[in-house]
Amino acid sequence: MMRIAAAVLAAASLALAAAAGAQQARPARVAAPVIKIEKGEACVAPADEMRRNHMKMLLHQRDRTMRQGLREPRHSLKGCVECHASRDTGSVLGKEGFCSSCHEYAAVKIDCFQCHTPLRQAPAAARRP
Amino acid sequence: MSPERRQFLAWGAAAAAGSALAPGLRLVELAQARSPEEAASKLQRWGLLIDVTKCGGCDDCVTACHAENGVSGHGRPETDAQWIRKLSIRDKRTGYAQTLPLMCQHCEHPPCVDVCPTGASFKRDDGIVLVDKHTCIGCRYCVLACPYGARSFIHEAVSGQKADVPRGKGTVESCTLCVHRVDRGETPACVEACNRDGGKAMAFGDLNDASSAIHRRLKGEASSQIRADLALNTGVRYQGL
Repeated sequence: MMRIAAAVLAAASLALAAAAGAQQARPARVAAPVIKIEKGEACVAPADEMRRNHMKMLLHQRDRTMRQGLREPRHSLKGCVECHASRDTGSVLGKEGFCSSCHEYAAVKIDCFQCHTPLRQAPAAARRP
Repeated sequence: MSPERRQFLAWGAAAAAGSALAPGLRLVELAQARSPEEAASKLQRWGLLIDVTKCGGCDDCVTACHAENGVSGHGRPETDAQWIRKLSIRDKRTGYAQTLPLMCQHCEHPPCVDVCPTGASFKRDDGIVLVDKHTCIGCRYCVLACPYGARSFIHEAVSGQKADVPRGKGTVESCTLCVHRVDRGETPACVEACNRDGGKAMAFGDLNDASSAIHRRLKGEASSQIRADLALNTGVRYQGL
């Protein structure tokens, strides 16, 4: 009985390994996200924490800014766009946009930019001549 | 820091600054200075005082408001957003005509807040009435409830918003008293434009601050609220109506 079980396990693991090999060989159906960091040395938190928790930070800051008038730059959406907007398009959206490429890969819809601008703002000196 | 202590320190700072600068100017600036880490406070109440006798035929306040907040229309006046508008009124008997700007009156008891089913329409601690578009569902109860017709609904998709003024389809919006400018210590765009290019009819300040110019004027001169019978205690007051 034990011998049969071991054989079944071995066969299963072989099959899994083969499947993994096939997956690697086949071109991915969804393009991997393009992550270009345009500006700055480091984000406000380590990358793995940002990937997992950026939406919580934004939600927290959103309510503080809206309801209490606390405009701390640290977790503001404006701050995200300022650093992460593409150098070519000036936007975090678009084909290689910092936000949109990951969100398309993960199939998670972003609502932020229905109201907020995805564009980096011109420097203050240029805005007010 | 407790509010009492903060107020005490503010008075101390005001007294210290008083010896160096001309009165009026410094006190308004002190009242407005607030760091990004400090929340809007109940000690303040922002408001406007509009002298209708000085308001002429221009619409610089409207132009400046819409430029500052990125409000643009589609050439459809019935549905385009209006944050501020110029009204023309005329006494039918005597023919005496006046013109005045009308915007959200930033009531102490705002009907738009009472009727909002999601809590999106709210009054900030410093008296500015705002719409939290994150929770606005676009039901437009507030549009109907506002006696001043100050709220607009955004019917069409928006692009090219200002970074400080997010706007989007399916939500309601109105005058924010240029809250992003007020938080930076500046005055609203309409007031700035009126005092620069217009008839110098508009003044902005803290109604609670006994040393502010607007407080002194309200105390010393006659002023009125539009629809005072509703007892909403508006933050926008008029003179010469």
